[in-house]
Formats: sequence, C-alpha cells, structure tokens
Amino acid sequence: MLKKTPLNETHRQMNAKMVDFGGWDMPLHYGSQLEEHHKIRQDAGMFDVSHMLPVDIKGDGTRGFLRTLVANNVDKITIPGKALYTCMLTPQGGIIDDLIVYFLTESWFRIVVNAGTADKDVAWILKQRDTLAPGLEITPRRDMAMIAVQGPSARAKVWQVIPGSQAVTEDLKIFQSTTLNHFFIARTGYTGEDGFEIILPAEEAPAFWKSLHAAGVAPAGLGARDTLRLEAGMNLYGQDMDESTSPLESGLSWTVDLKSDRDFIGKQALLDSNPTQQLAGLILLDRGVLRSHQKVVGQVNGQAFEGEITSGGFSPTINQSIALARIAAGVSPDDEVQVLVRDKQLRAKVVKYPFVRNGKVLV
Amino acid sequence: MSIPSDLKYTRSHEWVKAEADGTVTVGITDHAQELLGDMVFIELPKVGDSFSQKQECAVAESVKAAADVYAPISGEVIEANSALADSPEKINQDAFGSWLFKLKPSNPAELDGLLDAAGYQEVLDSEDH
Repeated sequence: MLKKTPLNETHRQMNAKMVDFGGWDMPLHYGSQLEEHHKIRQDAGMFDVSHMLPVDIKGDGTRGFLRTLVANNVDKITIPGKALYTCMLTPQGGIIDDLIVYFLTESWFRIVVNAGTADKDVAWILKQRDTLAPGLEITPRRDMAMIAVQGPSARAKVWQVIPGSQAVTEDLKIFQSTTLNHFFIARTGYTGEDGFEIILPAEEAPAFWKSLHAAGVAPAGLGARDTLRLEAGMNLYGQDMDESTSPLESGLSWTVDLKSDRDFIGKQALLDSNPTQQLAGLILLDRGVLRSHQKVVGQVNGQAFEGEITSGGFSPTINQSIALARIAAGVSPDDEVQVLVRDKQLRAKVVKYPFVRNGKVLV
Repeated sequence: MSIPSDLKYTRSHEWVKAEADGTVTVGITDHAQELLGDMVFIELPKVGDSFSQKQECAVAESVKAAADVYAPISGEVIEANSALADSPEKINQDAFGSWLFKLKPSNPAELDGLLDAAGYQEVLDSEDH
C-alpha cells in the first residue's frame, strides 16, 4: 500500500500521472514535464513535497544537541527563522541524510528530512537524543503538509494568496523563514529559483493548493523537480550520496565545519580521510542523454580513471544533457572525459556546477 | 487516441506502414510516447544497416528513460528521419505521423505476422490490468 500525502486526491483531480516514489504515491507530471520545468524557470510552479518530514526538536539544550548531531555548525544560525543546510553523518563520516535546520527559538529547532530516509533519520535522532540529551522532545510532524512554490514570480503569487504574507516575508533573505498564522514560510527551495517552501496543517493543504493554482501557479511533478535540481547542481540523497560516501567527496565540503573546536558525529572520520573522489559536473558534447550509473572514463596526470554518473538527464534550459558524476579528485573543469552510453563512447566536458541559477545558464 | 486501422503494430509498440512500393515505414505508437513522456533525443539507425526482426535498431530517449526501438520485420534501412533529431517532441505531438526509419523488407511474409489495430488494442487493454 503506497503512502499518500494530503494532496493525493487533488493531484488525481488535476490529471497527474502518479508514480511510486520510494513508497509514496506521487505526481510525476501533470501532462508535460518539460513545460512544468520551463514554467518554473520563467514564472511560477508548485510541488507537493509533503512526503518530506518536518521534525520538531524542543527543550533546553536543543542547540547543543544539534551541534553534535549534524556536520554543519548550527552556531551559524542565530537570527530566529534562519535556516542551515547540512548533512547528518555516521561515525564513519557517511551521509545518513541531508537536511535543513531552522532555528526558531533556543528551545525549538525544526529540521526537514527526506522522505525515503525519514524513518531511519528519526530512529537515529532518537537514539542520539537518548544518550546526548535525554530531556529533549523529538516530534515528527506528519500532521503537516509542505508545498514548494518556486520561480521568479513565486513570492508575488504567494503574497496574493495568503493575506498579510507580503508584509512579513518581503524582507526575508534566502534561507530565512517566518511564521504567519498556520503557515510556516521559508525562502528556500530545490530548483535554483527564488520562492518559498511552506509548511501548513495537512487539512488546509488542498484549499491552499487550489488557491495557488487559481493565482496562476502551475502544478509540477517530481520529473520537473529532478531536472530543475540537477540544473541547479543540488544533490539528491540516494543517488549522488548515501551512507557509503562522505560530504567531502559529494561536493558538500562547504557544508562541513572542520575548523571550529566543536566535535560532531563523523568529524574524526572526515579529518582522517583523504578523499580521492569528487562530485563533478558534466556537460555532454556529443548528442545523447547522460543517465545515472553510466560509466565515465578519462585520464588525470597520465593515469586512467573510472567513475560513474550519479545523476544525469536532459537539461531543458540548456537543451543539452548534463550530469553529476563521481570521478577522480584530480580532474579539473574544462577537462574532457568519455561516457559509455550503450555501445558508444560520448565526449563530455567537466564543468563547475550549478549549471543554471535564477533562470540563467552558467556553463 | 484512436489506433489507425491502416497500420500494423508490434507488441513492443512500433507501428508499421506497408507502402505501395513494397517498403515499410516505422514509428512508435502514441501509447509508447505517452508512457515515455517528453522526448528529448532519438538515435536513428544508419541507412544501409540491416536488422533482423525484433533486433534493437533505434533508441527513443525521453526525459524519463531510454527505450529501445525494435525492427518490426527484417530488412535494410533505406531512409532515416533525421528531421526528428532536431525536434524529437514531434513524436509527442503526433506519434503516428512521425516516422523514424524506412525498411526494405528481406522477408515480406513477416508483415502478415504483425498485429492489426484491433489486435494492438487488445495488447493495450491487457497492459492496463
């Protein structure tokens, strides 16, 4: 039996093509994935991301607990509503999940974790809580829905739909959030465009979704979400990283704080490691489509290497195929590599990602 | 979408048109394009290549996946629709009007073994279950 979000019925009414996504019955597209992609780059679209899980962490010492639990340093977030992207690591430095932490008050932080890892994450967090900070209250919020409204006009559309929201969100910077009545509104996303991610009570989600639709926000499915995040150079858990890879070989060194005295789970393993691989961007020079698990071969300093595409696809904005690939650490931007696609070796160029940000091609 | 009655079909969702000159024109069905979603790349066979029936001879790539296209009957490729390379979305817009390649059959009797429109409809109905 597939799990359903509070918007399941609404998606079906809007003729969504539904697919099994890690045990969740989710919309793949509502007609054309490409049109949904372009609509978000150029105007505004929305995703049901209620399969992801907000988890509230409450009590004295929440900040101290998170200091140890996650690899990025929560001491960076001191303004209420401020968000931080981070990995949560195993003691061996592998990635349990990537998540966003929101600082609300000193006794209330909220994290949002991936759908496929939610159960594992909560079990891990509870286990750490029991030894590190037994007094904390950990509450998974399956009573909530989450809708991401993304695109250059996304914020203006939300302002039309939620009375009073413009006044309280207009000055929010990227990675800041606020609360308005039942709405938790964060200026975050997974598309490389401006917009909000909004958490609200599950029962209010269908009416809110329909109001956004009436305001001209296009419903978009997981297909467009994947091509948008790939263009934006954002990792997908389970594809670009997992418990067998560390943030240092997943393009996420910038999210790991190894400089401060703070100890965190996985820190020693990262300090002891010597990453020989990196996550690199590829743009295909020949015709074809890069896909995950295709083999990448090339040479670095006269040595042959073999790597693998972790996420690949057709970029609707660039109109060429792009990919993220795990390859030898010494390979540099502008180097050429070969990708094995069926019986052919196609040429691809290594590029610095993101590929696209705020509607503009960067490669 | 209705299934044209003047075409023949395969279980792997190719359509085949028998031309008056004895050659056949091949494409993928509307059902196939719907399953695949937005098309982004078509890898066509080369003119002069020969294939036996059910051999992989082209690849249709959508935003979602790469799908093999099989030779519906044995024969030699006499023409490939290179216009599709620049506008693969034409397959989404008009699958039965967007041909991929033309074959000169090496065993024209194989044509008789293909499905007619009613037979193909049955295949689709059974896939729905």
